[in-house]
Amino acid sequence: MWLLYLPLVIPALAGAAARLVAARLEPRQATWLLTCGAVALAGCSTAALALLAAFAAARAPALAALGDYSQQVMQRADPISAAAGAAAALALIAAAAAVAVMFRNRARALAESYRRAARLDADDGIVVVPGPAIEAYALPGWPGRIVVSGCLLDRLDNGSRAALIAHEQAHLAGRHHLFAAAARLAAAANPLLLPVARAVEYTVERWADEHAAAVTGDRRLVAETIGQVALLASPGRQRPAGITLAISGPRTRPASVAWAGPVPRRVAALLTAPPRRRILLLAAFAATVLLAGGAALEAARDLHALLELAQASR
Amino acid sequence: MRDDGSRPETGSSPGGMRRAAGALESEVLGILREAGEPLSPGEVRRRLAVGLRGELSYSTVVTIASRLHAKGLLARQRAGRGFTYTPVDEATLAASRMSQALGSGTDRNAVLSRFVSGLSGRDARLLRSLLAGDKDAPPGGRDRDEEGE
Repeated sequence: MWLLYLPLVIPALAGAAARLVAARLEPRQATWLLTCGAVALAGCSTAALALLAAFAAARAPALAALGDYSQQVMQRADPISAAAGAAAALALIAAAAAVAVMFRNRARALAESYRRAARLDADDGIVVVPGPAIEAYALPGWPGRIVVSGCLLDRLDNGSRAALIAHEQAHLAGRHHLFAAAARLAAAANPLLLPVARAVEYTVERWADEHAAAVTGDRRLVAETIGQVALLASPGRQRPAGITLAISGPRTRPASVAWAGPVPRRVAALLTAPPRRRILLLAAFAATVLLAGGAALEAARDLHALLELAQASR
Repeated sequence: MRDDGSRPETGSSPGGMRRAAGALESEVLGILREAGEPLSPGEVRRRLAVGLRGELSYSTVVTIASRLHAKGLLARQRAGRGFTYTPVDEATLAASRMSQALGSGTDRNAVLSRFVSGLSGRDARLLRSLLAGDKDAPPGGRDRDEEGE
């Protein structure tokens, strides 16, 4: 009956692979694959928990009477211990609660965003806010708005402004917040999927970056804009970074950006060649998800067969 | 509320000072709204002197204007070595209040797609060397990057 535990373990595997997929795959493909994978795996692991609980519960005399099957056969043939069943039931309740809370919070935040976007009138969808803040974001809505602080716009040249606006427009047009929300809901159902949800939040940024690069026709420009805005937005980091740079000297290059935060990884990705399609990686990830689905399905058939056996020997 | 307008600079207690500052801020805002064009702190000071009994120093006007700018009530444009100021219109004010409201709360934040996320100190260093390295020696730098993978 190890098959039933497979859908619970595979999300960990997907979580470990998520960062690699996000780094190597073409961003739009990666976003779809990781989001659909996360939702499918969350569904499979939830189904596996439900089945584990059901197997254990099937031994209860009350259920046997209700379902009109032999409790003795069930007791003898049931592969799942009562403890495992109880643990699964508890995990199932926790997952349901986490998903409900996450869903409520996201839905509320999204509704508020829509309300506020509707209240802003901007002819070209861009709202410039005053004040000293350095910020730029897309506000999902119908239609969505791009909010940029005037202070930031003042410091960017025309090319960089175009790159920034194109990036945010890609978020709105692609409804990227829905991908992120779906992946987060999946991670609420199964916390092992948390790395996948974070990877989706990264790939939608990459997707928008690549869109901006296509619109402006200049990958370097987009990379430099991201770098410039990120350094402007965290002014506390400017001076220490300068000092360290002076000490270590300009010759030392970073070993790798693989374990850095999202901003350096995005910049590094834009400074190299555009990503290619990688069928093998895509297929491997898809196969892993299918394996989890297959295992859950097989376990469900086992339970069904067991119940039929118990019913027949009544 | 406005009874202290006649002695804007002579507030002896801290509370009096604060009220005087608030009155001056609305005075400056009023002058800029009436003007209908960008004004430099010097021009604001001249118009202010007509309305108020006491003369204000130039630096006081600059302080008030930059405080109003920090509050998001004034927009400023660089003019020569200084700035000129214009009042912010109602729609933009509403937008700015909105972005302040949205800035609080993690879930509200999650719905927004920010252009950049925060940088750690290490990220900032990495970013600088990425951009600098690429500009200095594009071919060499990129080749080494690809070998590294």
